[in-house]
Amino acid sequence: MAVKAESIAKRYFRKTGGANYFYAVKPLTLEIEAGEVAVLTGRSGSGKTTLLNILSGLLAPTEGKVWIDSTDLYSLDDKSLSRLRGERIGVVPQGRSAIDTLTVLENILLPAKLYGRPLPVEAASRWMERLDIANLRDARPAELSGGELRRMAIVRALAQSPDFLFADEPTGDLDDENTNLVLSAFRDYAHEQKKAVFVVTHENDALQYADHIYKMDGGQIM
Amino acid sequence: MTMKHFSLSLKNLLRKPGRTVTLALLTAFLALAVFGGSVVVLSLRSGLNSLEARLGADIILVPSEAQSKVSFQNMFLQGTTGAFYMDAAVLDKALEVEGVEKAAPQTFLASLKADCCSIKIQVIGIDPEKDFTVQPWIARSLTRELGDMDVAVGCKVEAGMGEIIRIYEQRCKVVARLEATGTGLDTAVYCNMNTMNALLAAAEEKGVSHKIESGDAVISAVYVKVKDGCDIDAVNNRLNSHIRKVAAVRTRSMITGVSDSLAGVSRTVTLLIAAVWALAFIILLLAFALIIRERAREFDVLRLVGASRGMLSRMVLLESSLCGLLGGLIGVGLAALLLFPFAQLIESALKLPYLMPDVGKALLLAAGTILLSVAVAALSSVVAAYRLSRIDPGTALREGN
Ligand SMILES: Nc1ncnc2c1ncn2[C@@H]1O[C@H](COP(=O)(O)OP(=O)(O)OP(=O)(O)O)[C@@H](O)[C@H]1O
Ligand SMILES: [Mg+2]
Repeated sequence: MAVKAESIAKRYFRKTGGANYFYAVKPLTLEIEAGEVAVLTGRSGSGKTTLLNILSGLLAPTEGKVWIDSTDLYSLDDKSLSRLRGERIGVVPQGRSAIDTLTVLENILLPAKLYGRPLPVEAASRWMERLDIANLRDARPAELSGGELRRMAIVRALAQSPDFLFADEPTGDLDDENTNLVLSAFRDYAHEQKKAVFVVTHENDALQYADHIYKMDGGQIM
Repeated sequence: MTMKHFSLSLKNLLRKPGRTVTLALLTAFLALAVFGGSVVVLSLRSGLNSLEARLGADIILVPSEAQSKVSFQNMFLQGTTGAFYMDAAVLDKALEVEGVEKAAPQTFLASLKADCCSIKIQVIGIDPEKDFTVQPWIARSLTRELGDMDVAVGCKVEAGMGEIIRIYEQRCKVVARLEATGTGLDTAVYCNMNTMNALLAAAEEKGVSHKIESGDAVISAVYVKVKDGCDIDAVNNRLNSHIRKVAAVRTRSMITGVSDSLAGVSRTVTLLIAAVWALAFIILLLAFALIIRERAREFDVLRLVGASRGMLSRMVLLESSLCGLLGGLIGVGLAALLLFPFAQLIESALKLPYLMPDVGKALLLAAGTILLSVAVAALSSVVAAYRLSRIDPGTALREGN
């Protein structure tokens, strides 16, 4: 079980010097394997989010292919790709990602609900407990702090037991204690349940939980 | 579309009651216009058909002074009471005219005030032997002929079967209640000529005169049926020149007058409906565009957690359809609340025959209107749903930040 990026690149239109396009991600090949935590660091604007989005099926690359096992992700139509993402891929985005009309627990159970899967209520409770937001299960997202919202998004991804978990700066607005809670949860998830975890972060703390460390600069992996 | 989406959509609607109600009210406005408008037009049309059937003759002969009076037409259209008389010999003269197949007399008498009714009623005497217009109608509720001092009452006369009503102190027995026609005839009371003669005599004593210069026997109108194949206009002209001081009026011309105003009302109503629709459609279109924009984050999140474009579009369509359904129900309900209890008021305001559709037809119309509301609401959200489905989840999330 693995995600393989094969010579992927993402080009955007933008006037830069002579050319009127630039590479947010320059052609690169990468493999993320089950049972491991991969950490990606790099300066702001170096292409980390773009790469994460491409790997997680959210953004089609302009070049190259992304394979999940033997499936070419971007050859799938929207319906199949969405279903595959809903079933096997969990994403914690960089920004806020709550539906305000739903409670915290409803937000967490939403992915399963979309596809009519049995609701992972137990897993949700367990992860909420572990990330210290169990008392917020019936609260509305509007009442939550930034860090609480972030942990809600993390539990939402974890509770679905995805084969591949992508987290974009999941500890950006967390204190040291919570940062360690989250990172150790990721590590245990990868190691114990034999899943692939890919984390984008600025935190040096994250490095000690990593099985692989990638560093990005100017759209390239160093 | 499965239950899980349905419950999610329903939750969305319930958790944003303000938004839901606004959208529903917009559609309710549409439904109100459509349902209300069609009921009015339909009622007018059946009123007209019923009037045509009730008149049932090709030509009506009335005293020439009556024809110039508006009252003659209004008697049929609005149920104003009135009376005018001519020599009974007009009937025989009419039968002499070439092309006349049947002729039947009617005699009118306006009651002053009968104790049965708060309204003044029009009493109409018919000759059961000769009549061919009223009896088929009476036959639907009475299997025998009208006996002496028997009356058949229109549906708006407040007197039950078997009840005795007094007209100029004469006691008449209600033996039939007639179906609604939506015309002025609904406030009329029918009796045979013997009864009418007794009533005329009694009225005379009360000082209500029906005397004319020549002859004793009087009638008010003669209903004429023209032989098949004969030109009705030609017969009409012959009647006019053959009988003095009498006007022959083609019933068609009466109906045409009504038809014309009906067409006018229909056109106005149709235009109004079209205008309301166009306006509401545009408002709905804008409303959905705004709402989708406001909900962009929500849709991005749904995309993030695995919802496909199709799922989002279906969800938007389902939600708008539900709003449309709610709006349709409200609108139709409101229209029914306005139209059915106030039918009388509408009728007198329009001054046209007005016959409300029966329950079955009304329900069918209501169902159609609700369906239409759902369709319009869904349609106006299609653009928004489509635009929504075009965005990449990755790009969308970036824009949301
Ligand atoms: N949709 C887009 N159109 C044009 N340029 C884009 C688009 N998305 C990203 N970029 C550019 O691509 C580059 C990489 O962006 P990206 O978001 O991947 O950076 P990042 O490493 O995640 O930065 P940060 O650490 O600040 O989140 C940036 O220069 C950004 O401006
Ligand atoms: Mg980023």
